[in-house]
Amino acid sequence: MIARAARLLPLALSLGFGNASSPGALRVCADPNNLPFSNKAREGFENKIADLVGRELHRPVEYVWWAQRRGFVRNTLTAGSCDLVVGTVSGMEMLATTRPYYTSSYVFVSRRSRALGITSFDDPRLERLRIGVQLIGDDFANTPPAHALANRGMTRNIVGYTVYGDYRRPHPASDIIDAVARGDVDVAVVWGPLAGFFAKTSAVPLDVVPVSPRADRALPFVFDIAMGVRRRDSTFRASINDIIARRRPAIDSILDAYGVPRVASTSVIPSASAVVPSASTVVPSASTVVPSAARDR
Amino acid sequence: MRQRRRITKRWNARAFVVIAVLSAAIVDGCKPEPSQTTKSVGVSVGAAPANGEANLPADDGQWVRPAKDFASTRFSGLTEINTSNVANLKSVATFSTGVLRGHEAAPIVVGSTMYIITPFPHYVYALDLTKPGLPTKWMFNPKPELASQGVACCDVVNRGLVYDNGRLFFNTLDDHTIALDAATGKPVWNTKVGDINMGETMTMAPLVVKGKVLVGDAGGEMGVRGWLKALDESTGNVVWTAYHTGPDSDVLIGPNFKPFYQKDQGKNLGVSSWPADAWKIGGGTMWGWISYDSTADLIYYGSGNPGPWNPEVRPGDNKWTSTLFARRPETGEAVWAYQLSPHDLHDYDGINEQILVDLDIGGTKRKTLIRPERNGYIYVMDRTNGQVISATPYGFVNASSGVDLTTGALQYNPEKETKVGKVVRDICPAAPGMKDWQPSSYSPKTGMLYIPHQNLCMDEEGVSANYIAGTPYVGMNVKIFAGPGGNRGELEAWNPVTGKQVWSIKEDLPVWSGTVATAGDLVFYGTMEGWFKAVDARSGKVLWQYKTGSGIIGQPITYRGPDGHQYVAVLSGVGGWSGAIVAGGLDARDSSAAAGFVNAMRDLPDKTTKGGMLYVFSL
Repeated sequence: MIARAARLLPLALSLGFGNASSPGALRVCADPNNLPFSNKAREGFENKIADLVGRELHRPVEYVWWAQRRGFVRNTLTAGSCDLVVGTVSGMEMLATTRPYYTSSYVFVSRRSRALGITSFDDPRLERLRIGVQLIGDDFANTPPAHALANRGMTRNIVGYTVYGDYRRPHPASDIIDAVARGDVDVAVVWGPLAGFFAKTSAVPLDVVPVSPRADRALPFVFDIAMGVRRRDSTFRASINDIIARRRPAIDSILDAYGVPRVASTSVIPSASAVVPSASTVVPSASTVVPSAARDR
Repeated sequence: MRQRRRITKRWNARAFVVIAVLSAAIVDGCKPEPSQTTKSVGVSVGAAPANGEANLPADDGQWVRPAKDFASTRFSGLTEINTSNVANLKSVATFSTGVLRGHEAAPIVVGSTMYIITPFPHYVYALDLTKPGLPTKWMFNPKPELASQGVACCDVVNRGLVYDNGRLFFNTLDDHTIALDAATGKPVWNTKVGDINMGETMTMAPLVVKGKVLVGDAGGEMGVRGWLKALDESTGNVVWTAYHTGPDSDVLIGPNFKPFYQKDQGKNLGVSSWPADAWKIGGGTMWGWISYDSTADLIYYGSGNPGPWNPEVRPGDNKWTSTLFARRPETGEAVWAYQLSPHDLHDYDGINEQILVDLDIGGTKRKTLIRPERNGYIYVMDRTNGQVISATPYGFVNASSGVDLTTGALQYNPEKETKVGKVVRDICPAAPGMKDWQPSSYSPKTGMLYIPHQNLCMDEEGVSANYIAGTPYVGMNVKIFAGPGGNRGELEAWNPVTGKQVWSIKEDLPVWSGTVATAGDLVFYGTMEGWFKAVDARSGKVLWQYKTGSGIIGQPITYRGPDGHQYVAVLSGVGGWSGAIVAGGLDARDSSAAAGFVNAMRDLPDKTTKGGMLYVFSL
């Protein structure tokens, strides 16, 4: 093949064939290029949590790398090539989720020097600012801040970034935080773990403030994050639940090290769940992650 | 994955042996030996067919591109197989492709060789039509990046390869356009035209016009900015790129751009009809069909839906998404454009086929372009200037109330506008449209269009949470179901002059295959259960049917074999968006999987199983 050798291959996928996995290995399904969550150099916080789980189970950690996009679960966990997804939304129907091990929130990110202090989508100043927000492609799906801004008619002052970013780069998702640091946008509304990590490493001091209130009509801004296993692997799931319960302090310190902002779980704020729908009362479904076989394009 | 790797190795070994044995074999040129056995009438390749049998030049019996001719009629002048004898049609050869995903491609016949391309990983086979059982002459494995399946947005289909001037041209899911020597299967050039890391994939069949290989991208949901590119046929170098969003200079709009309607006139509408910089990730890909009028020297094609799908975040017309373009093939310069679905609300891509025919309309001969559009209307347009002559619904439509022929505007129904948190029921047609990519055919003998399509509506209700690329998000639950009548598909014969249906066959499942019309007054098509059917082109009566091994979503063809006799061929192998529940192994309990399509297709696994196979028939 002409020019094949010169191809950029950030995703040399092993996919489990050819290289037999070690007997008893903990096979983790993960994105090879999605810091701060995971990468192939095992530098993400999900990599560190996987190491922790592996140590607890006395099993070496091995990876099946697959970009975390449509078809991720089907091509990895469901296909049987790996057994554990370290990060997913609690209650996702396409897999069995463990007990949540952290809860984070969408956050407003701005330069500290601006001293904006915006906490709510009802802040009137938003209409006059350039707002960076991440967008999802299809199925009428989007990040909650994209919906919240559109609901308020604020679309002309939005600068859209894809959640996928430029996958050729080492940390594709950092574009939107870089844009805040450079001043391309005045404020960005970003999922907490992403914002916390890149704000922590930013040369320009940034403020990271959780969106308030925690939900906007039917839109949750707070999500419980759990691990995911196959539905039939209930014993394995129980052992992961046990590790999460026992090693919560260790998990927390990993999350702290990566600057992951944490808020109270959606399940422990009765008033919030009674008044406004939170992530746990929104019916999760597989609908919006379309498997890769799913669409003709 | 293990299984796929083994198959690859096996075929490589086989291809090596075949090539070694046949190394002295000479592959045919473009023209087969003239045959006295089969009478034919037909349309010339390169010109729009006139409306009437008398003007039809003889069919050369080949099928060198998926749409048969530049006018995209998918009409064969062959008559050996006809209404009087089609009942005797028999399977004469089969060939397993070794691939299990959805087979949407048309086989290609050049001289005495048939070429087929599979879905990912895009094996290309050359089959010898001169020998019993159609032995393999050579096989080519482009070895696309496995990652493209994961990074890519969508299905792993391929809609076909095209032959020109001794070479075959096709696209790969990982964004390569490849030219092969048709005689040897050896790559001549290989150009990377897109990047899976940016969400781009390629599924369409190229068209070669005047030494330019025209190719487009897919992935409008991934923040891709859509384009059509022209590659030099001999070198593979990109000659021009026309983007479908952004400033006029990028869209190749210049002083000669003359849209018919005021709504499409103005400077840099590809920027000003979007919020801020949203055009940079605005979709408008091109994964469908291109036609060419050699007299006018214009190519015609449409662009895909805008991104993101969720329309609230992109107020404005979102030009030039869901837009029909007329361009010069040599420079890409836009001559006119017509936006079919401005500010698309329902995923109505504009990538369907356009059939170029001259019609007598109201006593005047019009050079027309006919498009059975995803939004539910058959557009009959003046292809010289982009005027809409008529736009008639060819199924049940309530998402819009019609097309204003004075302004050219699609009249949306505000009750069916979607918004997150709002429950909207019975939106018709559903997201796959009245018709998706599956191409129609046109018989100049009957003057009818043979349209394979679906009959589906959708509900949007309830917000669901999900997670991708480390990020939780929310979206509407889309549920797709059968439209009025309860049938999910239909083959429709349509008179584009009167704007009326002539006959129709209601199919239980969506008709996701292409059609072919012949001078033997037959129409061939396949069903997702796997039935391959021959129908009387004038009455719609089913005259013959054969059950293939898997659901059919491919494009049938017919050709004259080296023995002078007429053959019909089709690839069977269910998949695609509609067949994802089988090909992708989706969970039938999850009603909103495959963007809601699984809800409409939950019985498909009981009716067919996956597996790619070529079937060839003759009398």
